[in-house]
Amino acid sequence: MNLWNKLMCYSRRHSPWIFHMNSGSCNGCDIELVASLSPRYDAEQLGVRLEGSPRHADILCITGPVTHNSVEAIKTVYGQVCGPKAVVAIGSCPATTNVFIDSRTLDGPLNKHIAVDVFVPGCPPRPDAIIQGVARAAEILAARGNTAPAAAPPEVIPVKGAVNCEANCYVAAVAAHESASPTSSEVQK
Amino acid sequence: MNLTTALARFLIFPGLLFALPAAWFFLWVERKAVARMQGRFGPPFMQPFFDFIKLLGKSTPPRSGIGGLLMRAWPLIAVSAAAGAVGLLPVLPSSGGFEGDLILLLALLELPSMCIIAAGFSSRSIFGEIGSAREAALSVSYNVVFLLAIVSIAASQHTFRLEALAQMPASPLQILGILAILVCLPAKLHINPFSLPNAEQEIYSGPITEYAGPELAMWELSHGLEWVAATGLVATLAAPHLTTWWLAALVFVVLSFVVVFLLSAVAAATARLQIDTTVRFYWQCTLIFAVLAISSALFMRLRS
Repeated sequence: MNLWNKLMCYSRRHSPWIFHMNSGSCNGCDIELVASLSPRYDAEQLGVRLEGSPRHADILCITGPVTHNSVEAIKTVYGQVCGPKAVVAIGSCPATTNVFIDSRTLDGPLNKHIAVDVFVPGCPPRPDAIIQGVARAAEILAARGNTAPAAAPPEVIPVKGAVNCEANCYVAAVAAHESASPTSSEVQK
Repeated sequence: MNLTTALARFLIFPGLLFALPAAWFFLWVERKAVARMQGRFGPPFMQPFFDFIKLLGKSTPPRSGIGGLLMRAWPLIAVSAAAGAVGLLPVLPSSGGFEGDLILLLALLELPSMCIIAAGFSSRSIFGEIGSAREAALSVSYNVVFLLAIVSIAASQHTFRLEALAQMPASPLQILGILAILVCLPAKLHINPFSLPNAEQEIYSGPITEYAGPELAMWELSHGLEWVAATGLVATLAAPHLTTWWLAALVFVVLSFVVVFLLSAVAAATARLQIDTTVRFYWQCTLIFAVLAISSALFMRLRS
Protein backbone atom coordinates (compact mmCIF):
# COMPACT_ATOMS: atom_id res chain seq x y z
CA MET A 1 0.00 0.00 0.00
CA ASN A 2 1.61 3.23 -1.08
CA LEU A 3 1.45 6.60 0.63
CA TRP A 4 -1.49 7.94 -1.38
CA ASN A 5 -3.64 4.92 -0.53
CA LYS A 6 -2.75 5.25 3.14
CA LEU A 7 -3.71 8.92 3.09
CA MET A 8 -6.96 8.05 1.31
CA CYS A 9 -7.83 5.39 3.90
CA TYR A 10 -7.08 7.79 6.71
CA SER A 11 -9.18 10.54 5.10
CA ARG A 12 -12.11 8.20 4.53
CA ARG A 13 -12.03 7.16 8.15
CA HIS A 14 -11.95 10.77 9.32
CA SER A 15 -14.47 12.34 7.01
CA PRO A 16 -17.77 10.42 6.95
CA TRP A 17 -20.45 12.55 5.36
CA ILE A 18 -23.87 11.10 5.99
CA PHE A 19 -27.17 11.29 4.18
CA HIS A 20 -30.24 10.60 6.25
CA MET A 21 -33.17 8.76 4.74
CA ASN A 22 -36.48 7.90 6.33
CA SER A 23 -38.22 4.77 5.05
CA GLY A 24 -41.41 5.07 7.06
CA SER A 25 -39.90 5.60 10.47
CA CYS A 26 -41.88 6.88 13.46
CA ASN A 27 -39.36 9.78 13.67
CA GLY A 28 -37.86 8.47 16.91
CA CYS A 29 -34.59 7.44 15.27
CA ASP A 30 -34.55 10.59 13.12
CA ILE A 31 -34.69 12.74 16.23
CA GLU A 32 -31.84 10.73 17.78
CA LEU A 33 -29.78 11.06 14.59
CA VAL A 34 -30.18 14.84 14.70
CA ALA A 35 -29.41 14.77 18.43
CA SER A 36 -26.10 13.07 17.66
CA LEU A 37 -25.08 16.22 15.76
CA SER A 38 -26.21 18.55 18.54
CA PRO A 39 -23.85 20.20 21.08
CA ARG A 40 -24.28 17.40 23.62
CA TYR A 41 -22.94 14.61 21.38
CA ASP A 42 -21.25 16.65 18.60
CA ALA A 43 -20.52 14.08 15.88
CA GLU A 44 -18.61 16.75 13.96
CA GLN A 45 -15.62 15.93 16.17
CA LEU A 46 -15.26 12.79 14.04
CA GLY A 47 -15.69 14.79 10.85
CA VAL A 48 -19.33 13.77 10.42
CA ARG A 49 -21.31 16.17 8.29
CA LEU A 50 -25.02 15.81 7.54
CA GLU A 51 -25.32 16.44 3.81
CA GLY A 52 -28.42 17.56 1.97
CA SER A 53 -27.64 15.71 -1.23
CA PRO A 54 -26.99 11.95 -1.54
CA ARG A 55 -24.39 12.77 -4.20
CA HIS A 56 -22.16 14.30 -1.51
CA ALA A 57 -22.54 11.51 1.03
CA ASP A 58 -20.39 8.49 1.86
CA ILE A 59 -22.69 6.84 4.35
CA LEU A 60 -26.39 6.32 3.88
CA CYS A 61 -28.24 6.28 7.21
CA ILE A 62 -31.64 4.65 6.84
CA THR A 63 -34.30 4.63 9.53
CA GLY A 64 -37.71 2.98 9.46
CA PRO A 65 -39.16 -0.46 8.66
CA VAL A 66 -39.13 -0.01 4.82
CA THR A 67 -42.67 0.50 3.62
CA HIS A 68 -43.76 -0.58 0.12
CA ASN A 69 -43.82 3.03 -0.99
CA SER A 70 -40.24 3.70 0.07
CA VAL A 71 -38.55 0.71 -1.61
CA GLU A 72 -38.05 2.39 -4.96
CA ALA A 73 -36.89 5.58 -3.26
CA ILE A 74 -34.32 3.65 -1.23
CA LYS A 75 -32.95 1.95 -4.34
CA THR A 76 -32.81 5.28 -6.20
CA VAL A 77 -31.03 7.08 -3.39
CA TYR A 78 -28.64 4.16 -2.88
CA GLY A 79 -27.76 4.41 -6.56
CA GLN A 80 -27.27 8.16 -6.27
CA VAL A 81 -24.67 7.86 -3.50
CA CYS A 82 -21.31 7.72 -5.25
CA GLY A 83 -18.88 4.96 -4.34
CA PRO A 84 -17.21 3.96 -2.13
CA LYS A 85 -20.26 3.95 0.12
CA ALA A 86 -21.64 2.25 3.18
CA VAL A 87 -25.11 1.80 4.62
CA VAL A 88 -26.00 2.16 8.29
CA ALA A 89 -29.41 0.89 9.38
CA ILE A 90 -30.49 2.92 12.39
CA GLY A 91 -32.94 1.43 14.85
CA SER A 92 -34.57 -1.95 15.20
CA CYS A 93 -37.03 -1.29 12.37
CA PRO A 94 -34.71 -1.61 9.36
CA ALA A 95 -33.04 -4.64 10.96
CA THR A 96 -36.12 -6.69 11.87
CA THR A 97 -39.17 -4.50 11.09
CA ASN A 98 -39.57 -4.45 14.89
CA VAL A 99 -43.17 -4.30 16.16
CA PHE A 100 -44.49 -3.84 12.63
CA ILE A 101 -43.47 -7.35 11.66
CA ASP A 102 -45.91 -9.10 9.28
CA SER A 103 -47.61 -5.82 8.43
CA ARG A 104 -48.98 -5.86 4.89
CA THR A 105 -47.74 -2.33 4.26
CA LEU A 106 -44.11 -3.32 4.77
CA ASP A 107 -41.49 -4.79 2.51
CA GLY A 108 -38.72 -5.02 5.11
CA PRO A 109 -36.24 -5.67 6.53
CA LEU A 110 -33.83 -3.35 4.77
CA ASN A 111 -31.23 -5.87 3.70
CA LYS A 112 -33.75 -7.54 1.40
CA HIS A 113 -33.13 -4.58 -0.89
CA ILE A 114 -29.65 -3.19 -0.34
CA ALA A 115 -26.48 -4.46 1.35
CA VAL A 116 -26.32 -3.09 4.88
CA ASP A 117 -22.91 -2.69 6.52
CA VAL A 118 -23.76 -1.71 10.09
CA PHE A 119 -26.86 -2.22 12.18
CA VAL A 120 -27.48 0.10 15.11
CA PRO A 121 -30.30 -1.60 17.01
CA GLY A 122 -32.47 0.14 19.58
CA CYS A 123 -35.91 1.66 19.64
CA PRO A 124 -34.63 4.32 19.29
CA PRO A 125 -30.86 3.81 19.64
CA ARG A 126 -28.96 6.29 21.75
CA PRO A 127 -27.11 9.06 19.87
CA ASP A 128 -23.74 7.70 21.03
CA ALA A 129 -24.63 4.32 19.54
CA ILE A 130 -25.48 6.05 16.25
CA ILE A 131 -22.15 7.88 16.29
CA GLN A 132 -20.39 4.60 16.99
CA GLY A 133 -22.22 3.00 14.07
CA VAL A 134 -21.25 5.80 11.71
CA ALA A 135 -17.63 5.63 12.88
CA ARG A 136 -17.63 1.86 12.32
CA ALA A 137 -19.06 2.37 8.83
CA ALA A 138 -16.28 4.87 8.11
CA GLU A 139 -13.72 2.27 9.16
CA ILE A 140 -15.38 -0.28 6.88
CA LEU A 141 -15.21 2.26 4.03
CA ALA A 142 -11.52 2.86 4.65
CA ALA A 143 -10.78 -0.86 4.71
CA ARG A 144 -12.87 -1.63 1.66
CA GLY A 145 -11.36 0.93 -0.67
CA ASN A 146 -12.76 1.03 -4.17
CA THR A 147 -13.89 -2.57 -4.26
CA ALA A 148 -17.58 -3.47 -4.17
CA PRO A 149 -19.26 -4.25 -0.83
CA ALA A 150 -18.05 -7.61 0.39
CA ALA A 151 -20.44 -10.37 1.37
CA ALA A 152 -19.35 -10.29 5.00
CA PRO A 153 -22.13 -10.38 7.61
CA PRO A 154 -23.06 -6.89 8.80
CA GLU A 155 -21.78 -5.41 12.02
CA VAL A 156 -24.05 -4.77 14.95
CA ILE A 157 -23.29 -2.00 17.39
CA PRO A 158 -24.00 -3.33 20.89
CA VAL A 159 -26.35 -1.22 22.94
CA LYS A 160 -25.71 -0.64 26.60
CA GLY A 161 -28.80 -1.12 28.73
CA ALA A 162 -31.01 -2.61 26.02
CA VAL A 163 -32.48 -5.91 27.16
CA ASN A 164 -32.02 -8.72 24.62
CA CYS A 165 -32.45 -6.25 21.80
CA GLU A 166 -28.89 -6.70 20.71
CA ALA A 167 -29.01 -10.47 20.46
CA ASN A 168 -32.39 -10.52 18.71
CA CYS A 169 -31.38 -7.91 16.21
CA TYR A 170 -28.13 -9.63 15.46
CA VAL A 171 -29.76 -13.01 14.84
CA ALA A 172 -32.48 -11.51 12.67
CA ALA A 173 -30.02 -9.39 10.75
CA VAL A 174 -27.64 -12.23 10.01
CA ALA A 175 -30.50 -14.53 9.02
CA ALA A 176 -31.97 -11.95 6.68
CA HIS A 177 -28.53 -11.21 5.26
CA GLU A 178 -27.92 -14.85 4.47
CA SER A 179 -31.32 -15.38 2.88
CA ALA A 180 -31.40 -12.39 0.56
CA SER A 181 -28.62 -9.92 0.09
CA PRO A 182 -28.42 -8.45 -3.40
CA THR A 183 -25.07 -7.29 -4.67
CA SER A 184 -24.66 -3.58 -5.01
CA SER A 185 -24.31 -3.78 -8.80
CA GLU A 186 -27.91 -4.96 -9.10
CA VAL A 187 -29.39 -1.91 -7.48
CA GLN A 188 -26.87 0.62 -8.70
CA LYS A 189 -28.27 2.88 -11.35
CA MET B 1 5.84 42.99 -13.29
CA ASN B 2 7.99 40.55 -15.24
CA LEU B 3 7.28 36.88 -15.81
CA THR B 4 9.38 35.59 -12.90
CA THR B 5 7.75 37.72 -10.23
CA ALA B 6 4.33 37.02 -11.72
CA LEU B 7 4.95 33.26 -11.57
CA ALA B 8 6.41 33.53 -8.08
CA ARG B 9 3.37 35.46 -6.90
CA PHE B 10 0.95 33.03 -8.51
CA LEU B 11 2.71 29.83 -7.44
CA ILE B 12 4.36 30.63 -4.10
CA PHE B 13 3.21 33.68 -2.14
CA PRO B 14 0.43 34.71 -1.87
CA GLY B 15 -0.44 32.19 -4.60
CA LEU B 16 -0.96 28.45 -4.56
CA LEU B 17 1.71 27.31 -2.10
CA PHE B 18 0.36 29.68 0.54
CA ALA B 19 -3.27 29.82 -0.60
CA LEU B 20 -4.04 26.07 -0.52
CA PRO B 21 -3.15 25.53 3.16
CA ALA B 22 -4.66 28.92 3.97
CA ALA B 23 -7.92 27.94 2.26
CA TRP B 24 -8.17 24.74 4.31
CA PHE B 25 -7.14 26.58 7.44
CA PHE B 26 -9.80 29.29 6.98
CA LEU B 27 -12.48 26.68 6.25
CA TRP B 28 -11.46 24.96 9.48
CA VAL B 29 -11.46 28.26 11.42
CA GLU B 30 -14.96 29.00 10.19
CA ARG B 31 -16.33 25.58 11.15
CA LYS B 32 -14.46 25.51 14.45
CA ALA B 33 -15.52 29.03 15.43
CA VAL B 34 -19.17 28.31 14.66
CA ALA B 35 -18.95 25.03 16.61
CA ARG B 36 -17.33 26.69 19.65
CA MET B 37 -19.95 29.43 19.65
CA GLN B 38 -22.69 26.78 19.56
CA GLY B 39 -21.12 25.03 22.55
CA ARG B 40 -19.69 22.17 20.51
CA PHE B 41 -16.11 20.99 20.21
CA GLY B 42 -15.94 21.20 16.44
CA PRO B 43 -13.96 19.39 13.75
CA PRO B 44 -10.27 18.47 14.12
CA PHE B 45 -7.60 20.73 12.64
CA MET B 46 -6.98 18.77 9.45
CA GLN B 47 -10.68 18.23 8.69
CA PRO B 48 -11.03 20.28 5.44
CA PHE B 49 -7.88 18.60 4.11
CA PHE B 50 -9.24 15.13 4.87
CA ASP B 51 -12.56 16.07 3.27
CA PHE B 52 -10.72 17.22 0.15
CA ILE B 53 -8.62 14.04 -0.13
CA LYS B 54 -11.62 11.82 0.51
CA LEU B 55 -13.67 13.59 -2.16
CA LEU B 56 -10.82 13.13 -4.66
CA GLY B 57 -11.10 9.38 -4.13
CA LYS B 58 -14.82 9.13 -4.76
CA SER B 59 -16.42 8.23 -8.06
CA THR B 60 -18.57 10.62 -10.07
CA PRO B 61 -21.82 9.78 -11.79
CA PRO B 62 -21.45 9.30 -15.55
CA ARG B 63 -22.07 12.51 -17.46
CA SER B 64 -22.37 12.69 -21.21
CA GLY B 65 -22.62 15.33 -23.88
CA ILE B 66 -21.81 19.00 -23.77
CA GLY B 67 -23.76 19.43 -20.50
CA GLY B 68 -21.53 16.88 -18.79
CA LEU B 69 -18.42 18.56 -20.16
CA LEU B 70 -19.62 21.93 -18.85
CA MET B 71 -20.41 20.44 -15.44
CA ARG B 72 -16.84 19.18 -15.22
CA ALA B 73 -15.42 22.50 -16.43
CA TRP B 74 -17.19 24.94 -14.07
CA PRO B 75 -15.46 23.91 -10.81
CA LEU B 76 -12.04 23.99 -12.52
CA ILE B 77 -12.66 27.50 -13.86
CA ALA B 78 -13.84 28.61 -10.42
CA VAL B 79 -10.72 27.23 -8.71
CA SER B 80 -8.33 28.80 -11.20
CA ALA B 81 -10.10 32.17 -11.00
CA ALA B 82 -10.01 32.18 -7.20
CA ALA B 83 -6.35 31.11 -7.15
CA GLY B 84 -5.51 33.86 -9.64
CA ALA B 85 -7.31 36.40 -7.48
CA VAL B 86 -5.23 35.37 -4.46
CA GLY B 87 -2.06 35.61 -6.55
CA LEU B 88 -2.86 39.21 -7.49
CA LEU B 89 -3.06 40.48 -3.91
CA PRO B 90 -0.24 42.97 -3.22
CA VAL B 91 0.90 41.47 0.07
CA LEU B 92 4.63 41.97 -0.08
CA PRO B 93 6.09 45.48 -0.40
CA SER B 94 7.28 46.41 -3.90
CA SER B 95 5.92 43.15 -5.25
CA GLY B 96 5.15 44.61 -8.65
CA GLY B 97 1.76 44.66 -10.22
CA PHE B 98 0.50 46.58 -13.21
CA GLU B 99 -1.86 49.43 -13.97
CA GLY B 100 -5.43 48.15 -13.80
CA ASP B 101 -4.81 44.97 -11.82
CA LEU B 102 -7.63 45.99 -9.47
CA ILE B 103 -10.09 45.49 -12.32
CA LEU B 104 -8.63 42.05 -13.05
CA LEU B 105 -8.87 41.16 -9.36
CA LEU B 106 -12.53 42.19 -9.21
CA ALA B 107 -13.29 40.15 -12.33
CA LEU B 108 -11.52 37.09 -10.91
CA LEU B 109 -13.34 37.47 -7.58
CA GLU B 110 -16.63 37.54 -9.44
CA LEU B 111 -15.90 34.55 -11.67
CA PRO B 112 -16.47 31.78 -9.04
CA SER B 113 -19.99 32.99 -8.32
CA MET B 114 -20.68 33.20 -12.08
CA CYS B 115 -19.44 29.61 -12.34
CA ILE B 116 -21.74 28.55 -9.50
CA ILE B 117 -24.73 30.13 -11.25
CA ALA B 118 -23.85 28.41 -14.51
CA ALA B 119 -23.16 25.12 -12.71
CA GLY B 120 -26.57 25.12 -11.06
CA PHE B 121 -28.31 25.63 -14.39
CA SER B 122 -26.19 23.09 -16.26
CA SER B 123 -26.82 20.43 -13.60
CA ARG B 124 -30.53 20.61 -14.57
CA SER B 125 -31.63 19.80 -11.06
CA ILE B 126 -34.56 21.79 -9.72
CA PHE B 127 -32.66 22.56 -6.51
CA GLY B 128 -29.65 23.66 -8.50
CA GLU B 129 -31.77 25.99 -10.58
CA ILE B 130 -33.42 27.56 -7.56
CA GLY B 131 -30.01 27.97 -5.92
CA SER B 132 -28.59 29.57 -9.05
CA ALA B 133 -31.50 31.99 -9.31
CA ARG B 134 -30.96 32.97 -5.68
CA GLU B 135 -27.22 33.37 -6.22
CA ALA B 136 -27.89 35.59 -9.23
CA ALA B 137 -30.31 37.79 -7.27
CA LEU B 138 -27.84 37.99 -4.39
CA SER B 139 -24.97 38.83 -6.73
CA VAL B 140 -26.91 41.70 -8.29
CA SER B 141 -27.63 43.09 -4.81
CA TYR B 142 -24.25 42.99 -3.07
CA ASN B 143 -22.08 43.70 -6.08
CA VAL B 144 -23.43 47.24 -6.43
CA VAL B 145 -22.25 48.09 -2.94
CA PHE B 146 -19.03 46.07 -3.26
CA LEU B 147 -17.98 47.65 -6.54
CA LEU B 148 -18.98 51.19 -5.51
CA ALA B 149 -16.93 50.86 -2.32
CA ILE B 150 -13.82 49.68 -4.17
CA VAL B 151 -14.24 52.21 -6.95
CA SER B 152 -14.54 55.01 -4.41
CA ILE B 153 -11.26 53.96 -2.76
CA ALA B 154 -9.62 53.75 -6.19
CA ALA B 155 -11.05 57.09 -7.31
CA SER B 156 -9.70 58.87 -4.26
CA GLN B 157 -6.21 57.62 -5.15
CA HIS B 158 -6.52 58.30 -8.91
CA THR B 159 -5.38 54.76 -9.74
CA PHE B 160 -6.54 51.24 -10.44
CA ARG B 161 -3.22 49.83 -9.31
CA LEU B 162 -3.57 47.56 -6.27
CA GLU B 163 -0.16 48.31 -4.82
CA ALA B 164 -0.88 52.03 -4.71
CA LEU B 165 -4.17 51.34 -2.95
CA ALA B 166 -2.47 49.06 -0.43
CA GLN B 167 0.05 51.77 0.40
CA MET B 168 -2.43 54.62 0.79
CA PRO B 169 -2.51 56.30 4.22
CA ALA B 170 -5.51 55.65 6.45
CA SER B 171 -8.40 58.04 5.89
CA PRO B 172 -12.09 58.19 6.83
CA LEU B 173 -12.95 57.36 3.24
CA GLN B 174 -10.84 54.20 3.35
CA ILE B 175 -12.50 53.09 6.59
CA LEU B 176 -15.93 53.69 5.08
CA GLY B 177 -14.97 51.70 1.98
CA ILE B 178 -13.59 48.79 4.02
CA LEU B 179 -16.76 48.73 6.13
CA ALA B 180 -18.90 48.56 2.99
CA ILE B 181 -16.74 45.71 1.64
CA LEU B 182 -17.03 43.87 4.98
CA VAL B 183 -20.82 44.11 4.84
CA CYS B 184 -20.75 42.47 1.41
CA LEU B 185 -18.43 39.59 2.35
CA PRO B 186 -21.02 37.31 4.05
CA ALA B 187 -23.08 37.41 0.85
CA LYS B 188 -20.03 36.84 -1.32
CA LEU B 189 -18.96 33.84 0.77
CA HIS B 190 -22.49 32.42 1.18
CA ILE B 191 -22.45 32.35 4.96
CA ASN B 192 -25.23 33.28 7.38
CA PRO B 193 -27.25 35.52 7.29
CA PHE B 194 -26.95 35.43 3.48
CA SER B 195 -26.48 31.69 2.93
CA LEU B 196 -29.40 31.62 0.52
CA PRO B 197 -27.86 29.86 -2.49
CA ASN B 198 -26.80 26.82 -0.45
CA ALA B 199 -29.60 26.84 2.12
CA GLU B 200 -29.39 23.17 3.05
CA GLN B 201 -32.70 22.97 4.90
CA GLU B 202 -34.58 24.37 1.90
CA ILE B 203 -32.87 23.43 -1.34
CA TYR B 204 -30.31 20.78 -0.26
CA SER B 205 -27.01 22.16 -1.49
CA GLY B 206 -28.31 24.58 -4.08
CA PRO B 207 -26.26 24.81 -7.28
CA ILE B 208 -23.84 22.06 -6.26
CA THR B 209 -26.50 19.47 -5.35
CA GLU B 210 -25.64 17.25 -8.32
CA TYR B 211 -21.87 17.41 -7.89
CA ALA B 212 -19.91 14.53 -6.41
CA GLY B 213 -16.38 13.34 -5.84
CA PRO B 214 -13.46 15.34 -7.31
CA GLU B 215 -15.81 17.99 -8.76
CA LEU B 216 -17.25 18.64 -5.32
CA ALA B 217 -13.68 18.74 -3.95
CA MET B 218 -12.93 21.51 -6.46
CA TRP B 219 -16.01 23.45 -5.32
CA GLU B 220 -14.89 23.15 -1.69
CA LEU B 221 -11.42 24.31 -2.69
CA SER B 222 -12.73 27.25 -4.69
CA HIS B 223 -14.86 28.24 -1.70
CA GLY B 224 -11.77 28.15 0.52
CA LEU B 225 -9.75 30.17 -1.99
CA GLU B 226 -12.58 32.70 -2.18
CA TRP B 227 -12.26 33.03 1.59
CA VAL B 228 -8.54 33.71 1.24
CA ALA B 229 -9.00 36.18 -1.63
CA ALA B 230 -11.91 38.12 -0.12
CA THR B 231 -10.46 38.40 3.38
CA GLY B 232 -7.05 39.06 1.85
CA LEU B 233 -8.45 41.99 -0.12
CA VAL B 234 -9.74 43.55 3.10
CA ALA B 235 -6.43 42.76 4.83
CA THR B 236 -4.32 44.41 2.13
CA LEU B 237 -6.53 47.51 2.11
CA ALA B 238 -6.54 47.77 5.91
CA ALA B 239 -2.89 46.87 6.54
CA PRO B 240 -0.47 49.69 7.34
CA HIS B 241 2.32 50.24 4.84
CA LEU B 242 5.34 48.14 5.89
CA THR B 243 8.68 47.80 4.16
CA THR B 244 9.90 44.60 5.82
CA TRP B 245 8.59 41.69 3.76
CA TRP B 246 8.15 39.17 6.56
CA LEU B 247 6.34 41.70 8.75
CA ALA B 248 4.03 42.57 5.84
CA ALA B 249 3.27 38.89 5.30
CA LEU B 250 2.64 38.37 9.01
CA VAL B 251 0.31 41.37 9.24
CA PHE B 252 -1.54 40.10 6.17
CA VAL B 253 -2.08 36.65 7.68
CA VAL B 254 -3.14 38.02 11.08
CA LEU B 255 -5.57 40.54 9.57
CA SER B 256 -7.08 37.86 7.31
CA PHE B 257 -7.53 35.61 10.32
CA VAL B 258 -9.27 38.40 12.24
CA VAL B 259 -11.66 39.00 9.34
CA VAL B 260 -12.40 35.26 9.05
CA PHE B 261 -13.08 35.09 12.78
CA LEU B 262 -15.35 38.14 12.62
CA LEU B 263 -17.34 36.69 9.72
CA SER B 264 -17.65 33.33 11.50
CA ALA B 265 -18.99 35.10 14.59
CA VAL B 266 -21.58 36.85 12.43
CA ALA B 267 -22.47 33.52 10.80
CA ALA B 268 -22.89 31.79 14.16
CA ALA B 269 -24.93 34.62 15.65
CA THR B 270 -27.45 35.07 12.85
CA ALA B 271 -30.12 33.08 11.08
CA ARG B 272 -30.75 33.00 7.36
CA LEU B 273 -32.72 35.91 5.90
CA GLN B 274 -35.26 35.57 3.15
CA ILE B 275 -34.25 36.53 -0.36
CA ASP B 276 -36.45 39.64 -0.49
CA THR B 277 -35.16 40.80 2.91
CA THR B 278 -31.60 40.29 1.70
CA VAL B 279 -32.11 42.23 -1.51
CA ARG B 280 -33.84 45.00 0.42
CA PHE B 281 -31.00 45.04 2.96
CA TYR B 282 -28.39 45.65 0.29
CA TRP B 283 -30.39 48.06 -1.87
CA GLN B 284 -31.89 50.10 0.96
CA CYS B 285 -29.59 49.90 3.98
CA THR B 286 -26.03 49.46 2.78
CA LEU B 287 -26.21 51.34 -0.49
CA ILE B 288 -26.03 54.51 1.58
CA PHE B 289 -22.47 53.57 2.67
CA ALA B 290 -21.40 53.12 -0.90
CA VAL B 291 -23.07 56.29 -2.17
CA LEU B 292 -21.50 58.22 0.69
CA ALA B 293 -18.10 56.76 -0.09
CA ILE B 294 -18.23 57.44 -3.81
CA SER B 295 -19.63 60.93 -3.42
CA SER B 296 -16.93 61.89 -0.92
CA ALA B 297 -14.32 60.40 -3.24
CA LEU B 298 -15.60 62.49 -6.13
CA PHE B 299 -15.76 65.55 -3.90
CA MET B 300 -12.15 65.03 -2.81
CA ARG B 301 -11.14 64.66 -6.45
CA LEU B 302 -12.85 67.89 -7.44
CA ARG B 303 -11.26 69.73 -4.56
CA SER B 304 -7.72 68.51 -5.23
